Amino acid sequence: MSFPWAEEYRPKSGFMRWIDQRLPLPRLVYGAVGGGYPVPRNLNYFWNFGVLAGIALVIQIVTGIILAMHYVPYDQAAFRSVEHIMRDVNQGWLLRYLHANGAAFFFIVTYIHIFRGLYYGSYKAPRELVWMLGLVILLLMMATAFMGYVLPWGQMSFWASKVITGLFGAIPLVGEPVQTWLLGGYAPDQPTLNRFFSLHYLLPFVIAGVIILHIWALHIPGSGNPTGVDVKSPQDTLPFHPYYTAKDGFGLGVFLILLAFVVFFAPNYLGHADNYIPANPLSTPSHIVPEWYFWPFYAILRAFTVDFILPAKLWGVLAMFGSIILLFFLPWLDPSPVRSGNYRPRFRQFFWILILDILVLGWCGGLPAEEPYVMISQVATMYYFAHFLIILPILSWTERTLPLPNSISESVLHGEEREAAPADLSGVRPATAAE
Amino acid sequence: MATVEHSDGTLAAGPDTSSDEGLRRRDFINIAAVSVAGVGAATTLYPLVNQMNPSADVLALAAIEVDLSAIQPGQAVKTIFRKQPLFIRHLTPAEIQAANAVSPSELRDPQSLVERTAAGKPQWLITMGVCTHLGCVPLGAAEGENKGAYGGYFCPCHGSHYDTAGRIRKGPAPKNLEVPAYAFKSDTVVTVGEEA
Repeated sequence: MSFPWAEEYRPKSGFMRWIDQRLPLPRLVYGAVGGGYPVPRNLNYFWNFGVLAGIALVIQIVTGIILAMHYVPYDQAAFRSVEHIMRDVNQGWLLRYLHANGAAFFFIVTYIHIFRGLYYGSYKAPRELVWMLGLVILLLMMATAFMGYVLPWGQMSFWASKVITGLFGAIPLVGEPVQTWLLGGYAPDQPTLNRFFSLHYLLPFVIAGVIILHIWALHIPGSGNPTGVDVKSPQDTLPFHPYYTAKDGFGLGVFLILLAFVVFFAPNYLGHADNYIPANPLSTPSHIVPEWYFWPFYAILRAFTVDFILPAKLWGVLAMFGSIILLFFLPWLDPSPVRSGNYRPRFRQFFWILILDILVLGWCGGLPAEEPYVMISQVATMYYFAHFLIILPILSWTERTLPLPNSISESVLHGEEREAAPADLSGVRPATAAE
Repeated sequence: MATVEHSDGTLAAGPDTSSDEGLRRRDFINIAAVSVAGVGAATTLYPLVNQMNPSADVLALAAIEVDLSAIQPGQAVKTIFRKQPLFIRHLTPAEIQAANAVSPSELRDPQSLVERTAAGKPQWLITMGVCTHLGCVPLGAAEGENKGAYGGYFCPCHGSHYDTAGRIRKGPAPKNLEVPAYAFKSDTVVTVGEEA
């Protein structure tokens, strides 16, 4: 894997040599996240978020397995068992709040990780599969988060399961049978709850598996970097350990402090009060919205209000799923050979407009489906698709990019006078030997 | 940051790295950071482990109150204490005498009736209904059940005989029936699960 100058694993003790000769696991770890993985030396803090997402998954799995020791997936007892966790189980409140807010933080770091990829062109050759596997992880995360949200069997849980499975009801011909099949009945009920629990327990391990593929695929060409220039020589890289374990360790500290702050001081800030009311199939909460991390998609879903050849409901569902499926084609929608947004002045402007557009979509998705928000989400939805389908392809052919540095080490160490210095946006300003 | 990047690609803290006297700044940072992380990780383990201990609703039933006023001499009741059977037996004077007639030193698990009952209340024999052999429920608490060769309890699983003080007299069980902690609130009300 990776570069020819990668440090080879040398066991430090006879015991490790004995293990390594029989099961080269220490060698695998050393080459993947140890001193044997050379990483571009110019990574900025945006490169922390992959590791943070991995750790967020570990937090979810650990707290989730524990919650499953106390939770009962039975419609008459599920809500009560969650309250039992909150009130009776030793530190159960802490574990549940960690799990609920951990999910939100998992999405925060994953979205930043994705935006990092969008800005620095991480999806471009030769990392297309890394990008696509990442999107698979995102889809699995969404499914897992949704099913986990159903488990407390509160009002929002119940109606989320009804609404989201209702999306499948929009599929022509087979929609209704599919919806009934998903629910195991005509409405969310005991079979729904029990199968969602089973799948909610399963999917995180599937995610972990796809993450291994994601990292494996990444380690073939090696990590990207803020200049987007390929690694050319040993001067361009540093061993992952200790340089990036230390940098990721610092980022992890910040991440955990923020998570702890929310868990201890605002544990219900990101949730909905309605979910502390037991599920009632006869009454829908007056304002039903998903968790914040689904808001942009929810806005796209609701933006379609007119039947045009196909029913509006089907358009909404297609557009919502399409907004992610579209990203699978991104490596070919943006064929510009320059990876990093630092050297693409026009792309950079449109990138920030896209971020703004997604924030607007998120803002609309959290509000009631009323004017003017419906109209705003319609415009924002249109722009979202236009960005990827029209603006990016045109941009990649017409844009005048800035000159790239000759190499990573040159851009970092002493080459900034000799390169066309990009605007100091990315924080890649190097430390100089003259300090 | 006072980090200096050398042209050979190594990073070092401070300009002077050749000094081998004492700790370098980087050593201090390293030890401090790893120590904080270690303490944090150890602290995190506490809730992860402690959550498996009995929860508040379980502990709420860890002590029970039993009204003894309806239990006549010679009768016994079976109730549930910490999800296990509890035998409360009102001994007759004859049964007390039978228990006191044996010298404890001859027994497998030497204990006198006085040691197995509350002070001044030798007529109340309160024991767990769990055979000390392999955990079956002995017979003899309900009317008409086999009380064994010594008139106390008889475990049908492997034939352990307990006497009128709940002591093992014959059979494979190694110990006397366990006496839980209990305290008399009044003459007729006892709290089981609470130290006297």
